[in-house]
Amino acid sequence: MSGWVSGLRDPGRVRAMAEEVAALDPGRPVRLMHVCGTHENALCAAGIRDLLPGWLSLVAGPGCPVCVCPASEIDLAVRIASIPGVTLATFGDLVRVPARISLAQARTRGADVRVVYGVADAVALARAMPGRKVVFFAVGFETTACTTAAAIQASPPDNFLVLASHRLVPPALQALLELPGETPEGFLLPGHVITVTGLSAYRDLLSRRPIPMAVGGFEPLDILRAIREILVQIRRGHPDVVNAYSRAVREEGNRAAREAIKAVFEAVDAPWRGIGTIPGSGLRLRPPFRHLDAAEAFGLAPDPSVEDAPTGCRCGEVLLGRQDPEECPFFGSPCVPDDPMGPCMVAQEGTCAARYRHRRA
Amino acid sequence: MEEERIALGHGGGGRMTSDLIREVFLPALGNPRLEALGDAARLDPVPGGLAMTTDAFVVTPQDFPGGDIGALAVFGTVNDLAVSGARPVAISAAFILEEGLVRGDLERWVASMAQAARRCAVEVVTGDTKVVPRGQGDRAYVVTTGIGAVLPEAPPGPGSVREGDEVLVSGMVGDHGAVIAALRNGLDPGSLHSDCAPVWDLVEALLAAGVRPRFLRDPTRGGLGTVLGEMGEASGLSVEVRDGDLPVRPEVAGLCDLLGLDPIFLACEGRVVAVVPPSGAEPALRAWQALPGGRDAARIGRVVPRAPAPIVRVTPYGGRRLCDVPAAEPLPRIC
Repeated sequence: MSGWVSGLRDPGRVRAMAEEVAALDPGRPVRLMHVCGTHENALCAAGIRDLLPGWLSLVAGPGCPVCVCPASEIDLAVRIASIPGVTLATFGDLVRVPARISLAQARTRGADVRVVYGVADAVALARAMPGRKVVFFAVGFETTACTTAAAIQASPPDNFLVLASHRLVPPALQALLELPGETPEGFLLPGHVITVTGLSAYRDLLSRRPIPMAVGGFEPLDILRAIREILVQIRRGHPDVVNAYSRAVREEGNRAAREAIKAVFEAVDAPWRGIGTIPGSGLRLRPPFRHLDAAEAFGLAPDPSVEDAPTGCRCGEVLLGRQDPEECPFFGSPCVPDDPMGPCMVAQEGTCAARYRHRRA
Repeated sequence: MEEERIALGHGGGGRMTSDLIREVFLPALGNPRLEALGDAARLDPVPGGLAMTTDAFVVTPQDFPGGDIGALAVFGTVNDLAVSGARPVAISAAFILEEGLVRGDLERWVASMAQAARRCAVEVVTGDTKVVPRGQGDRAYVVTTGIGAVLPEAPPGPGSVREGDEVLVSGMVGDHGAVIAALRNGLDPGSLHSDCAPVWDLVEALLAAGVRPRFLRDPTRGGLGTVLGEMGEASGLSVEVRDGDLPVRPEVAGLCDLLGLDPIFLACEGRVVAVVPPSGAEPALRAWQALPGGRDAARIGRVVPRAPAPIVRVTPYGGRRLCDVPAAEPLPRIC
């Protein structure tokens, strides 16, 4: 491990930062939210929550792209994958998420479903199999959407199609604040996403809804430092957007990546599992690229009657940070990563899976 | 010039097979028992009884920094004998080759196998070669079977493990798995190389130091975590592992961060995990650290009462986390 990483994990420095956080006690309970599966994994793996003071809770919001993808879109992917002559390529976690049936089940029934690490692998598949239509089922936030956009701009072969279920983070944050019921007092912003989006979208949000925000990295010290920055804002009563991950995040983000997204996609209203439809939170191919849209190519559309989760599964509430995974009656029995009931226990980035893999002894 | 390649006829049992044996296998591996070319090799009786093990090697890629499929096929099998407390006596080797394999690749792997066997003071006494049509194999698979003479001090196994026993590992964890993961993901492994090596001297050193391990294992496929998890299951106890004490190379830790892997579940090919009574921990550590292959040995944990998971990990920040063994090896075809 290079020196700067080990420094960010140094137990002494981490504990000292936890003490700084604890010293910012406002004398009442504070509930913060992060919206990133990588943050949840980092929190769980290092046991950061064990270091936080009792008055502070940090809940996971809708930060797992696989988890927020509604069952109706997975069902659409299953139907497309089942068309003869089609190969569907997507991320491993998505293959196991149950809809009417999962993509894994579709594969056992003869569909050609391939796991890829990214869009480039899917384009390579299309080049290798010119006689088949290769559909890349694209999920992910801005971090992944820009890679899909770049692949589309790079003239993929004619047999390459995209089923785009990308989602955008800033509209989701706004929607979370507008939901009825208790809303978080501050957001720990997802460092990876913000390397792309930059900070301006969050300053826009701040101007509409004053809420403390800080961008956090993923090492224990990064996360605690961002939490401290949020608490400082709460104490001062002065909400802001603070970049506590300046070694990776620039104010303007990644312009080339954002321009690629903008050139290829247009924002549309899109459904999120557990939340409902959020205005301007999805991405659809713009007219010059519409011929690459797999749903249009096959004349299919999502069937909204497909249920998001089996009876009793609380992924919807987990995604809103309103149900602690470990308090779910199914957590650990019968719902486990090897036999999940809902997407939050399937995906590597899922809150339930992260909590289960690193559950407290 | 066109490279010579393996043809289906090389596995057909006729003259082409005899030529391959005479030109490739015998010059490298030759010994009187193999050279007899009988249907079976005869072995001399050994005191203390026999141990037998078999292992199939399907690693991809077949060549990696620090070793190749030939070396791995010898060390893997000899190490399984060693951690069972058995001194290797003889091994067999069966090659399943894919039509079209470059003959020079086979020659290189066989030479490497011969060198590995010499390091382990063991002979390949019998073998077999089959060739499958192109597209029905991946260049080469190797199956080795080993026979060993069981020592009186052989460790009794996981059933003898007791609460309070100490857990040690003989060196850096996850090197082999990390090298393979790097190569498969198109990353330059840099100076990192597989730990592929015999472990007999590590086992012998423990016994010579008077340590009587309750359980020994070489943490190959599934890594240290899987070995400890299986031992926990078999003994009805759990193992508490102190993450801060795990010997992991910085390069391996960095690669794991990048690829989302956990070093504790990455394969080692030249390490030993030992569970020893509390009084044996310090002598075991000293015995290992005195050897070149054990310089980085460490005490990493202890056996605790059964927890809701077979492994309990203590984070560097003092938290205690339950840890399950993954359902499947994160990197198929690691060895």
